[in-house]
Amino acid sequence: MPEVAHAVRVSVDARLAALKRVAILPALNEEGNVGPVIEELRRLDPDLEVVVVDDGSTDGTASVAAQAGAHVLRLPFNLGIGGCVQTGFRYAYEHGFELAVRLDGDGQHDPAELPKILEPVLAGQADIVVGSRFAGTAGYRSSRSRRLGIRLLAWVVSALVRQRVTDTTSGFQAVNRRGIALFAHDYPHDYPEVEATVMVVKHRLRLREVPVTMRERASGRSSITAARSVYYMVKVLLAIFVGIFRRTATPLEDT
Amino acid sequence: MTPLVVSIAGAVASVVLLLVVFELIRSRRLRERYALLWIATGLVLLGLSAWRGGLNTIAGWVGVTGYPPAVLFAVGSLFILAVLLHYSTVISKLADQNVILAQRLALLEAEVGDGSLDARAPR
Repeated sequence: MPEVAHAVRVSVDARLAALKRVAILPALNEEGNVGPVIEELRRLDPDLEVVVVDDGSTDGTASVAAQAGAHVLRLPFNLGIGGCVQTGFRYAYEHGFELAVRLDGDGQHDPAELPKILEPVLAGQADIVVGSRFAGTAGYRSSRSRRLGIRLLAWVVSALVRQRVTDTTSGFQAVNRRGIALFAHDYPHDYPEVEATVMVVKHRLRLREVPVTMRERASGRSSITAARSVYYMVKVLLAIFVGIFRRTATPLEDT
Repeated sequence: MTPLVVSIAGAVASVVLLLVVFELIRSRRLRERYALLWIATGLVLLGLSAWRGGLNTIAGWVGVTGYPPAVLFAVGSLFILAVLLHYSTVISKLADQNVILAQRLALLEAEVGDGSLDARAPR
């Protein structure tokens, strides 16, 4: 990608420019990472509203985000990633956004990869697009147990949704208005991406995966430890299993 | 046959349970909807303690031959399980409502422009 001077406004895809669009960044104690991500997003697309959902951070995440030009939603206490992300989707739904992208506030999702994720939504081919670390040749380094877990979930989810899904834990996503409406009204609690994948397909929304490259975290540590992974795995499998028997509801249309 | 002392002890314990529940409701420390299962527990245990022939019959049905009061114990345990399960559903509902409240608060605070963005003390 050619280096573009900061002052130059990058031309935004015409289909994208026509949409009211928002980036949702869940963040928990990411004062060291969230600023550059916001700046990068605004450089790529100045009309993209950036919403940082601060999930009860005890550091300067909120003020750093606000200074970088983001709209900050501060949760009064830690809700966990599911409730945190849903806050962003509620905001997007209530403010009439037609397109939402979700990136992690820790900087591992490269804003430069956004066009890849946006394309199927803009082309009207998908309601939700997930950036996958495993769908293509893109490299991703992770611990063996974690990779195994991700594989297992991918296998279970693929069988359930009858569609090949390679990365069920990716939080790098783009959704259209239908997806926003669904997630604003119903979003799983913890490790939500896995359950959300099943939910999305059950609601007959079109899901698409595109290969992306993810970066290493710039600073800080991931909030997921090995013991927790096992706990989440069991919980998520239970949630998926029960979810199969849940009655589906088509997302509410705009009123 | 159930020893008479066991029946009396069971009946007294059931009555005490019912009285405690009643007092908790009266002093508004327990809502009626959460008291219902406890009242049912007390009434059923009281009934099985007092109606000694019935306890024997039921023990026969479920194959308890040696010691009929074991049925009293089993029924009591089942009711406690039911109460606990009920509480789990109540807690889940409260947790869900808590999430919704937190989200609404965050959205409203951002709208009103209230609330500082400084670091917060951990809770």
